[in-house]
Amino acid sequence: MSNHQSVSHQSVSHQTGGPLVSKGQIKVVHIYPREMSIYGDLGNTRALASRLRWHGYEPLVHQHHPGNDFPADAHLVLGGGGQDSGQARVENDLARNSEVLRVLAADGAPMLMICGMYQLFGNAFITIEGERLPGIGILDVTTQGNARRMIGPVVLETVYGDVVGYENHSGSTELGAGQRPFGRVRSGMGNNGTDRTEGAVTGNVFGSYLHGPVLPANPAFADALIKLAVERALGEPFVPGQIDDVFANQARTRQVRRLAG
Amino acid sequence: MAVAAGKMARVASRMRGGGSAMPGLVVEKLDPRFLSHALADLAGGVVVVTGTNGKTTTTKMLVAILREHGLTVFTNPTGSNFTRGVISAMLSELSLSGRLKADLAVLELDEAHALKFAAEVRPTHSLLLNVARDQLDRFAEIDHTARLLGELAAQTTTGVVLNLNDSFVSRIAGRVPDGVLVTYFGVDPSIADRLPELQEADVRFEDDFTPPEPTDADGLLKPHDERSFEVRFGAADQVGPMVLNQRGLAAMINATAATSTARALLGSEFRNATAVAALERVQPPFGRGEIINADGQPLELVLVKNPAGFTVALSTYGNTPVTTMVAINDDYADGRDVSWLYDVSFESLQGRGVALTSGVRAYDMALRLQYDDVAVAQVEPDLEAALERFLATYKNEPKRIFCTYTAMMALRRNLAGRYGLPNFGEEARL
Ligand SMILES: [Zn+2]
Repeated sequence: MSNHQSVSHQSVSHQTGGPLVSKGQIKVVHIYPREMSIYGDLGNTRALASRLRWHGYEPLVHQHHPGNDFPADAHLVLGGGGQDSGQARVENDLARNSEVLRVLAADGAPMLMICGMYQLFGNAFITIEGERLPGIGILDVTTQGNARRMIGPVVLETVYGDVVGYENHSGSTELGAGQRPFGRVRSGMGNNGTDRTEGAVTGNVFGSYLHGPVLPANPAFADALIKLAVERALGEPFVPGQIDDVFANQARTRQVRRLAG
Repeated sequence: MAVAAGKMARVASRMRGGGSAMPGLVVEKLDPRFLSHALADLAGGVVVVTGTNGKTTTTKMLVAILREHGLTVFTNPTGSNFTRGVISAMLSELSLSGRLKADLAVLELDEAHALKFAAEVRPTHSLLLNVARDQLDRFAEIDHTARLLGELAAQTTTGVVLNLNDSFVSRIAGRVPDGVLVTYFGVDPSIADRLPELQEADVRFEDDFTPPEPTDADGLLKPHDERSFEVRFGAADQVGPMVLNQRGLAAMINATAATSTARALLGSEFRNATAVAALERVQPPFGRGEIINADGQPLELVLVKNPAGFTVALSTYGNTPVTTMVAINDDYADGRDVSWLYDVSFESLQGRGVALTSGVRAYDMALRLQYDDVAVAQVEPDLEAALERFLATYKNEPKRIFCTYTAMMALRRNLAGRYGLPNFGEEARL
């Protein structure tokens, strides 16, 4: 497996001068970065790797490509959105690895799935023509293909405070009975444009339509994922470093003020 | 009737300083067949230039080559590259019968509007430049953009010029109707390793498509160094060497596309030396690497609108680092989604950092740079205040501004007032 990238410490010095001794290694797995990482979703991986370093941990970023063995020792799993052609290229590999992912999810591994991967983590996607394409069923959601695209900036109310991002999807997603959403829509369309829910959360698995990408401008949510990953990897409490989030907080609060008043 | 009403609207909108597409809207409402009527008599045909990146520069180069050959060319120079913008540009040049007096028309149209235009007027020729992600609100996927270009090619009646190296574009050859001539532009195999500078790889997959072997009718870019290059048609025929006023590999490939298209249009009338003379005189379009004299120091204005374009701009300017400002707006014409900034690597700016970020999304840009370990000295969302501070603080050194479309328009207007530069729309008459 040649996809490991150990991210060095050298460029963090301007941040906090935090300890150069790593507090521990965290394995971040980005699934299908070539096929399913459109609209800057790669930025989520970059944000987590950088924040792990700034907190004093050592991120090991692993890219999982179709056909390779899935790293079952992942501490955090990320996936993004893609074009139809990208989605078609990953379906077999996802089906092949669905059991590993279900076991990881049930075991509490944090995961963040955006847009196309969010849909594939659901029960099914039903095309405009009525064809039912099964998902891997980790999230109890069903998506209906739609002629109308839902596009635009979004503000959510979540347990991590206001979360901002940008949605661009034609699928309309309904939550199953008892399925918790990720947030409540303050501005934008969300899962389906009608019930004001956005995304879905089961255990530590998060699905959302928010590109933007979502993590850089919403550090409270990013750090919540990091905390889960650190506790899973090291079996000890997350010890945060000091991070200068002025730009992130300004970027977010300005969008909130613009869109949700 | 429609022509007179449109001309009135044009005067009225000029007086209010209104948008350039408004009079076109008036005419389109009055006479939907206006376009096909006006363009019906052009003996040299109607050429459509489209693709994601380089439309404005390539159109300007192609028009310059054709004019240098003595042709009267109608083009849409105002940067409002929609059907209505084309009509607006026409109004000043029409006879009252509504016919355009020119040898041919060369029109820059974005991918979706090129198809709408073709539904009214079938182009005789089309030049298809490339496919990348842009304006995500309108074109959801690049697969979709490639389909639009394929449909345009299928509507073209005489000749199609395709990008040999962009498989999304060269593959379109299969959609060109029988009897329509296909030619290509591309890069010489000796610099094929530099293609990634011109394309984004992350949404492209290896596929089994093999590009066609270039023939003597196809123009290939062969650079001599960073500034000087020639366009080769087979082993014996070279256009150049020449040096452009605009820097970088992207400008050279645009010149190659323009040269190849001019040669396809002019046939035996095409003169190599005439093409070189025209290309060497072309000034960069406003905001596309334009250099402004700001208090005796050069200020470069560089339009960036998608990941491929920003990546090309950073590599083009990367070997001459200067004090830099980045201005990002998110109006409709900029693309409302700024996610694409995360598909660009800014590490080449680490050495000097960025002096200022500005625009509506100034803090998002600063945040993006923070994640690439690029230091940002100041953030000022207000464009005028930012420009004022940038010019004053770094008065005695060369400067560069990377900006999205509406930010560029606002900055250019301000700079025009400050330094007595021509305004948009006046460029065509220079
Ligand atoms: Zn999406």
